[in-house]
Amino acid sequence: MILNQEEKAMLNGELGEAKKWAIEHQIQVGNFFDAENFVNVSQVHMMVDPESIGEEGVLFLEKIADMNTKVVVPMITDPRGVDLNYYRPLGQTEEMANIDRRTIKACSSMGILMTNTCINYQTIMPPIYGEHVAYGDTGVVIYSNSACGARSNFEGGPSALAAGLTGRTPRYGLHLDEKRLPTKRFVLKDQPKELTDWGILGAVVGKKSGSYWEVPIIEGLKVTPTSDEMKHLGAAMASYGSTPLFHLHGITPEARNIKEEDFNHLEKNKITKSDLDNLKSQFGKKGDKIDVVVFAAPQLSIIEMHKVANLCDNKTFKIPVIVCTSPQVYSDAIRMGFIERIENSGAKVLEGTCFYNQYAREIGEANEWINLLSNSAKIVNILGGYGYQPALANMEDCIKSALAGEII
Amino acid sequence: MKNIFKCHPGIGKEVEGIVLSANDDFSARYDLDRIKGVFSRPQHKLSGQSYIDKILVLNGSKGGVASAWMLYEMYARNVAPKAILFNKANTILAQGAALANLTMCDRFEDGDITSLLKNGDRVIVNPTLGTVTVI
Repeated sequence: MILNQEEKAMLNGELGEAKKWAIEHQIQVGNFFDAENFVNVSQVHMMVDPESIGEEGVLFLEKIADMNTKVVVPMITDPRGVDLNYYRPLGQTEEMANIDRRTIKACSSMGILMTNTCINYQTIMPPIYGEHVAYGDTGVVIYSNSACGARSNFEGGPSALAAGLTGRTPRYGLHLDEKRLPTKRFVLKDQPKELTDWGILGAVVGKKSGSYWEVPIIEGLKVTPTSDEMKHLGAAMASYGSTPLFHLHGITPEARNIKEEDFNHLEKNKITKSDLDNLKSQFGKKGDKIDVVVFAAPQLSIIEMHKVANLCDNKTFKIPVIVCTSPQVYSDAIRMGFIERIENSGAKVLEGTCFYNQYAREIGEANEWINLLSNSAKIVNILGGYGYQPALANMEDCIKSALAGEII
Repeated sequence: MKNIFKCHPGIGKEVEGIVLSANDDFSARYDLDRIKGVFSRPQHKLSGQSYIDKILVLNGSKGGVASAWMLYEMYARNVAPKAILFNKANTILAQGAALANLTMCDRFEDGDITSLLKNGDRVIVNPTLGTVTVI
């Protein structure tokens, strides 16, 4: 990679040990992907939940923090793995909570803002068209690239930390114009109607795209999705396909600059009602017993929290219902009375976590939860590997099922 | 039969080991029981198999960013593969390999590496040269 004077100084250790580690890490990654140089980034978002990083990861973070370093651009965090106000009732241990506490301490000392959210594009500072950023969390990246027209690769925790310390990232993948053009073409034959439908559509497109390096363009949409619908569309697509960017023809900002000749040569893949039904049919059926209902992945917006609160009024659930939202939304939801209304039904709202990254296997075993129902196409994809039998239904049916103890 | 396969230069050090291969994708979060060191996702083609000290050969990577930290954590506990070979890696797996100093290569000149290498092959992976040699 071609380095400027500042980057050479970092590499030589003239700007401290932490920046030396960071730029060495970035050069390794940049060389792997044939990056020619670096691009400056304006914001960083890091996934650093305790289940992923473990004892070894937190030791690593503490080692970097002990180098008395600070991040040089605004840097925020993805959901935590432990709600420190509510972890023992879930069967989470002091050891888990302590990893989280140590992570928070190490990150805070480096100037990282503990926003604990995967919906920063709805709550903190959405990126601007063309803005180069280094984001973790696949849902954040795909939304920012696709809905906002910002430019980010998937930056895993270590690389996000490196980007925060150097203020840049190797220029490869989605930082390059040519990697953002459509490579797969999908034509919709059935319109999504509600949140879960958008997630299912994302799952089907992600599965059919099947690689980080494919860029789907979707034609035939007759409605413009809301931010929450885009959120579920993108999060599911990224989950099933490792897809970091999509274009909605005539809708997303970058799609307006894509010429017909840029994708006319691509084979048309129809997405029919049966494609969508087939995906959904893999996740539970009417009458199946359920142990727990989860609303998460991504964290709920204030609009979704309002909807859940309305559905919970005057209800008493037979089985546990867990709702995960960001600290920013949580405080609004307290002020507006949503938390009280939701929890009066027996449900529990967790602040700053997301169910699948909070030791899902261990809390499942501790509570004997196997059959899990959610309206998130993303979470049902993830939790199969954690010992669950996940099922998918829309928000209203999830609530009705929580009252019945089985899928309605 | 050809016994040296060229790939894009990779990450990590030269290693030797036994191949565990499947035409399937990979995520440390979605697919693994990282404590036991086995594939735990029932739908995965390597479900139930141990990946410890293997040269893992898979098509691509899927899912989320967690795999980057997870590779480091697995490697630090010595409950990890010796190397991972992909047809095409995503950014997360390469970033995780860089932190863990785990050997990783992708983009093979001769085509689908999951069919070119067989389960049980003993291979040497040289990421600096970008070669995988069957011995």
